[in-house]
Amino acid sequence: MLNLKSIFSVAVIAGALAITPAQAQEIIKLATTTSTENSGLLKNLLPKFEAESGYKVQVIATGTGKALKLARQGDVDVVMTHAPAAEAKFVEEGYGVTPRGIMENDFVILGPKNDPAKIRSSKTAEEAFAKIASSGEGFVSRGDNSGTNMKELIVWKGAKVEPTFSGYRSVGQGMGKTLLMANELQSYTLSDRGTYVAYKAKLDLAIDYDGGAALANPYQIILINPEMYPGLNHKGAKALSDWLISDEAQTMINSYTVEGEQLFKATYSK
Amino acid sequence: MSEGWLALLQQALSLLFSLDPDVWSIVNVSFSVSFAALAITLVPSLVLGFILAFAHFPGRWFVTNLVQTIQSIPTVVIGLLVYLLLTRMGPLGDLRWLFTQKGMILGQMMICAPVLVAMSQAAFTSVDKRAWETSRTLGASWLRSVWVICRELKVPLLMAIVAAFSRILTEVGCSMMVGGNIADVTRNIPTAIALETSKGDFAQAIALGLVLLILSLILNFTLGTLRGKAEPRSH
Repeated sequence: MLNLKSIFSVAVIAGALAITPAQAQEIIKLATTTSTENSGLLKNLLPKFEAESGYKVQVIATGTGKALKLARQGDVDVVMTHAPAAEAKFVEEGYGVTPRGIMENDFVILGPKNDPAKIRSSKTAEEAFAKIASSGEGFVSRGDNSGTNMKELIVWKGAKVEPTFSGYRSVGQGMGKTLLMANELQSYTLSDRGTYVAYKAKLDLAIDYDGGAALANPYQIILINPEMYPGLNHKGAKALSDWLISDEAQTMINSYTVEGEQLFKATYSK
Repeated sequence: MSEGWLALLQQALSLLFSLDPDVWSIVNVSFSVSFAALAITLVPSLVLGFILAFAHFPGRWFVTNLVQTIQSIPTVVIGLLVYLLLTRMGPLGDLRWLFTQKGMILGQMMICAPVLVAMSQAAFTSVDKRAWETSRTLGASWLRSVWVICRELKVPLLMAIVAAFSRILTEVGCSMMVGGNIADVTRNIPTAIALETSKGDFAQAIALGLVLLILSLILNFTLGTLRGKAEPRSH
């Protein structure tokens, strides 16, 4: 009995040792924002990369703030976010290397279909925001340090409005949930176009303002400094980054549509 | 790690003791919503528990089991139900209660009522039926007799109240769905902890966790003392 038992446990341990290193090599942990996951883009791109490279990508979809934090702490192998200022800081402080702009989409200001704050005639996003604040209408903010939330705060700053007016609701939720809340409350909100298109059928909201440089939304993929965290899967991370800027992936990004609308524009230039 | 454990704990404590307005607004929302839900449900639930224990009527068995079942439904399912009731398209949509404290109170009432009913029913069942009969034959009014029994059952009834209160004070699913976690309006302790954790900012989450921890310590020690006193002295 004892013999059988010890043989069995040795076999199990040996098996575990044989499997673990091989598997760890194959997994790439990618921290990214909810927008790339919610929009379905990653589900479209990653299987192709996985089939070609043999790696398996595990996606941790969260706000940009937390994604960069996970990367700082060496909890993930690579990060893909959309907050230029926070990303620049991440690279400057030595955590990130080889930042590559791979694509962009844009933000839109959504609101009730009858546009009670009359923002459709605005010339800039800042002007639209100022009108919402002074109109007494509601505004739902994600309030979760996500890239969208950071963008929103920049626009408020540009509009010289403190986002503390009575209709302002900071809800601390992901984009999809925030859209549903804005819909329920018939308030204005700032959304990335991708999530909006994905949720459009469920919403009684319209794009009341879009366009302009202030609402552009560029995405970067950034590798993690191997000197800081040597134990990470840097090889896999680099393979993913290289693949995302390949002609094949860039074409796939451009041709990805939801409900007939193109969500992302590939932007990598050699 | 860029932040050590000690540094985080220190930050959390200083948030608490500097009476950080954000933290205390969250604590305030938690307590006012949960107290309101408990206060509204308390008397009707105890009455129902009493009736289920003392009265015999057709369907009693069914109601008892129904209450037990509702007690074990996850709070997110109750949240879903209340959400569907209160959404713009829902039957109560015109109230505009979704993402308000009123909506949260409604959800928490549905969570704490079954706990109160089931636990008070158990308490009332345990009491000697003769106490009731004696009280009645001695000429005490119906209400007066109930009061006598409630005093007799002070400890188990308090335990029911504490259990119900801690269940609603700590539940996150229903509050998140129905309240929407709006800062200064419907953001309570559990939803704030969920949010801060999702942002990767742990100091405030720890501060709020400490508030809950201290509160449950106080509640449980008080109960323990009460229970100790209520124990029969002669063995």
